[in-house]
Amino acid sequence: MGEKVLLRGNEVIAEAAIRAGCQCYFAYPITPQAELLEHMAVNMPRLGRTFVQAESELGAINMVYGAASVGVRTMTSSSSPGISLKQEGISYLAGSSLPAVIVNVVRGGPGLGDIAPSQCDYFQATKGGGHGDYHMIVLGPSTVPEAGTLTMLAFDLADKYRTPVMILADGMLGQMMEPVDLPDPIDVASLPKKAWATTGAKGRDPNIILSFDLDPEVLKRMNLELQRRYREIEKNEVRYEEVETGDADIVIAAYGTTARIAKTVIRMARAEGIKLGLFRPITLWPFPYAPLKKLSERVSTVLTVEMSAGQMWEDVRLAVAERAETPFYGEMGGVVPTPRGILREVKKYAH
Amino acid sequence: MPRGMVVIDKERCKGCGLCIAACPQKVLAYSGQLNHSGYNVVHTEHPEACVGCTFCALTCPDIAIEVYREKVAA
Amino acid sequence: MPTDLDSMVKVFSRPKSLTEARSTYCPGCQHGILTRIIGQTIDELNIAERTLIIAPVGCSVFAYLWYRCDAVQVAHGRASAVATGIKRADPNLVVLSYQGDGDFASIGTAESIHAANRGENITVIFVNNQVYGMTGGEMAPTTLIGQKTTTTPSGRDAAMFGYPIRFSEMIAQLDAPVYVTRQALYDTKRIMDATKAIKKAFTNQVEGKGYSLVEVLATCPTNWHMKPVDASRHVVDVVTKVYPLGDLVDRG
Repeated sequence: MGEKVLLRGNEVIAEAAIRAGCQCYFAYPITPQAELLEHMAVNMPRLGRTFVQAESELGAINMVYGAASVGVRTMTSSSSPGISLKQEGISYLAGSSLPAVIVNVVRGGPGLGDIAPSQCDYFQATKGGGHGDYHMIVLGPSTVPEAGTLTMLAFDLADKYRTPVMILADGMLGQMMEPVDLPDPIDVASLPKKAWATTGAKGRDPNIILSFDLDPEVLKRMNLELQRRYREIEKNEVRYEEVETGDADIVIAAYGTTARIAKTVIRMARAEGIKLGLFRPITLWPFPYAPLKKLSERVSTVLTVEMSAGQMWEDVRLAVAERAETPFYGEMGGVVPTPRGILREVKKYAH
Repeated sequence: MPRGMVVIDKERCKGCGLCIAACPQKVLAYSGQLNHSGYNVVHTEHPEACVGCTFCALTCPDIAIEVYREKVAA
Repeated sequence: MPTDLDSMVKVFSRPKSLTEARSTYCPGCQHGILTRIIGQTIDELNIAERTLIIAPVGCSVFAYLWYRCDAVQVAHGRASAVATGIKRADPNLVVLSYQGDGDFASIGTAESIHAANRGENITVIFVNNQVYGMTGGEMAPTTLIGQKTTTTPSGRDAAMFGYPIRFSEMIAQLDAPVYVTRQALYDTKRIMDATKAIKKAFTNQVEGKGYSLVEVLATCPTNWHMKPVDASRHVVDVVTKVYPLGDLVDRG
């Protein structure tokens, strides 16, 4: 049986990682994810696991690279400016096919920005971020309990596809407290063995972890293998939620904290007779293009709402094309959109 | 002095000459022969002088040299 | 000519923990001597089955090809951080972080110092040849004053580019490292000394003593524009005056 507790989003992600069998955690302090680091600092050593406060986010992500090479479940976390520093390591993790979980509790940017909630790192998370042709799976939790379940899932997906997986949260989600049913810890010994891991060449040929080959034909084959895996992920792992879309005329497309606010807007709009629904991508990469395309065939408007200048909006427009109107409403700089503000936008498209 | 013998892997040799300089017995010299990589490889110009000290092999960056030494009767 | 092999005994051969792959280094490059010394050390300590080689960025990027050991190729400068992650995840592994001077003492400065300061139980070999070899002979943090490189065509000028960095001396100021030493490879005595130092650095790790750093002054005949033998002479006459040889810390 699980255990019901009242915790912050940051703590729930940390606790879920522990219960998912994370053996090694490396990070550098940054607001608004410091509670995650602090939870790990207390609990990982208590469980005989590894906690290292790294010299920098570069240090942390490369420690993750090392631990992942050995085949253990490993994680790092940070917030926007720190995640920018980690991009080099994330590219190497992707290029070397190493499983790892990276948490980004997004804050306002660009530059130092502020410490308030934002969704301004969507492009960085879903379109590459680091150098080279790669993707990572990006999961966008909308509530504190979902932050826990998606963190557990992130470790499974990372191992299954040998890929980095990002939890794209935001400052609101990280700081908010909610009651959560914590899942039971998994049995680490039951996890499939990683034959590729560099655990010492005993009784076998050496294993080599690398993202490198000077022969373009060989590197092309390595790239094609990554692409093959990405197509498999796109086929198997698309996750999304639809809320009251059955009779909807207008649909809000939103993820994370913004999607949660949109659920309130649905109640307000329907009380005024506006048939409003919500399309909420849970996997931001792979983006649920096909289900959104299907939905767009029977609505007049897909209004994208984000805490950004319109980043996921590009994917929404790719999915919807000309089948419906695709306006955008966003807030930036750490300003969180209010239900009334969103409703006002919705009303512009209600006939 | 014991007798020694060096065996040089011609295809590994890059003709850098470090072994020639390291040999206290002046056993080694450039052969004037090119290997498949185009390097002027080292050979044993005076094999009879070799004492099997291994200095050449210690110095060889390409691990191209094996060294033998005469068995000493008990 | 003594060709009677029956009367001969082999006294020097390729270490068993090395593969048959040919070196990709330039003629006379002393990285190759280190490869042999490391292979010999792994043989002597009988640790090939649990040794993990970290191949850095630079001329030694192909280090994963040389050893019959597991290997991890890593980002430029991050080898000591990756070594930390590996060693913390599996303390039974013997981790060699093999790094050049640009890698260890420039782009990886933070990772290098902090791994040392945490006293990670790893072995670091830091090859100081005062130049960026792989990219075409640019200035390294270790480049000597007046030394001409492709980015200091008139010679390194301290007012413009700072001074050659004695990184091992910086590491030696820390409380955690158990062994910090500077070695060279310019003659057989120095090669034998360096071999002893490297064996000690591995033995410290095997015995759980903590962080060991072996800086090795090596030549880069290609980018120094010298014959290999002259390059070795240059290490004796010039380089060791800036980077003196010997143990800086020995708490083993």
